[in-house]
Amino acid sequence: MKVAVIRYNAGNVQSVVYALERLGVTPLWTDDHETIKSADKVIFPGQGEASTAMAYLRERGLDQLIVNLKQPVLGICIGLQLMCGHSEEGDTKCLGIFDLEVRKFVSRQSTTGNTKYKIPHMGWNRLENCEGKIFSGLNNPYVYYVHSFYADKGDDTVGTTDYILPFSGALHKDNFYAVQAHIEKSGTDGQKILTNFLEL
Amino acid sequence: MLTKRIVPCLDIKDGRTVKGVNFVELRDAGDPVELAAIYSEQGADELVFLDITATVEKRKTLVDLVKRVAREVNIPFTVGGGIGSKEDVSALLGAGADKVSINSAAVRNPGLVNELSLEFGAQCIVVAIDSKYVDGKHLVHTHGGRTPTDIETIGWAKEVEDRGAGEILLTSMDHDGTKGGFANTLTATISDLLTIPVIASGGAGNMVHFTDVFTEGKADAALAASIFHYKEIAIDELKMKLQGDGIAIRI
Repeated sequence: MKVAVIRYNAGNVQSVVYALERLGVTPLWTDDHETIKSADKVIFPGQGEASTAMAYLRERGLDQLIVNLKQPVLGICIGLQLMCGHSEEGDTKCLGIFDLEVRKFVSRQSTTGNTKYKIPHMGWNRLENCEGKIFSGLNNPYVYYVHSFYADKGDDTVGTTDYILPFSGALHKDNFYAVQAHIEKSGTDGQKILTNFLEL
Repeated sequence: MLTKRIVPCLDIKDGRTVKGVNFVELRDAGDPVELAAIYSEQGADELVFLDITATVEKRKTLVDLVKRVAREVNIPFTVGGGIGSKEDVSALLGAGADKVSINSAAVRNPGLVNELSLEFGAQCIVVAIDSKYVDGKHLVHTHGGRTPTDIETIGWAKEVEDRGAGEILLTSMDHDGTKGGFANTLTATISDLLTIPVIASGGAGNMVHFTDVFTEGKADAALAASIFHYKEIAIDELKMKLQGDGIAIRI
């Protein structure tokens, strides 16, 4: 199987490559249009800032390339956010695959505990109300989050996580899938999501 | 609900685990990668590798170690110890570390926190603070706690948050090694003051200490080394106990 990992100016891609290698897949980390188009699966990972990431993608025509892909595409972390319509981070127009707004978390006092919510949302939290093949065999799995921005809930939401408010932990529309958590660092459950995606 | 994190710390010297001990499952007690994998299986939420290698030459082994850990371990990990420059951070993150922790270098040059946060993102910059109570004040200590400064711990924690730290690793030297419990009052004060997560370290001796640091201490995560290394507490049992105490925890 040919798996392409989109190469752009986002950090922490190495751990996605290692996670795929643990599953026996050697991915191609590339920004080459033809290689990406001809891959069986495409992964759009990363950590970074929305406006600089979008500017980089536009410069190289990767924005148009991504939205026109026909094979299964999986966005991870900022990949999910860039697949939405617009992000408050740098007031950025994004790819628009999912018609959702990406907003910054606003801290408030926790209603259950005696503490306030910290930002970033960092650590393990449940992905609930999961629907679809990429969650097959999993029941409200714990996944690892590190993020300060989140996507609203909407029609394409196929998994939610509750932190300050319920947000889109996972999205799906046609051939496009996305998860906010770092599934590549989410233990065996994260590995299972990645395996399920590769088996689509 | 976001869960509290249990974080075992592995001390590393010349690429080997310092307190390598008697895990029966281990083929090589000194191999940090094997130990890391076992902790991960037991339910550790994150790992910290603290490099205490003295010489610069041998520190290069750390990058190789980080690569091996990143290849094999599927939970997040932080690398700390002697990190002093953007180049150090770039090499470690490039090798697959999820976060780096800086300590003495931040005290020496507070601007480094801003610089690293802008360059790599706040989420991967942990500032470690070693604190000791001296003459009625909590003071920051550097160089593995050997060198006192006149900087007050609470103010310093706030300052590094403002400079862009993504997380604080707070070690109480007064509690470290005592097995008498974490520094709950200091940890709670800092956790309340900041909007970034606080990892409490130093003093873990039994399971109740962890419950206390998450309730009284308001910590987001708790770090310990020897009690896990010497199997005084098994991580899976600890997590069951915490869950029983009503703490949100990943089982």
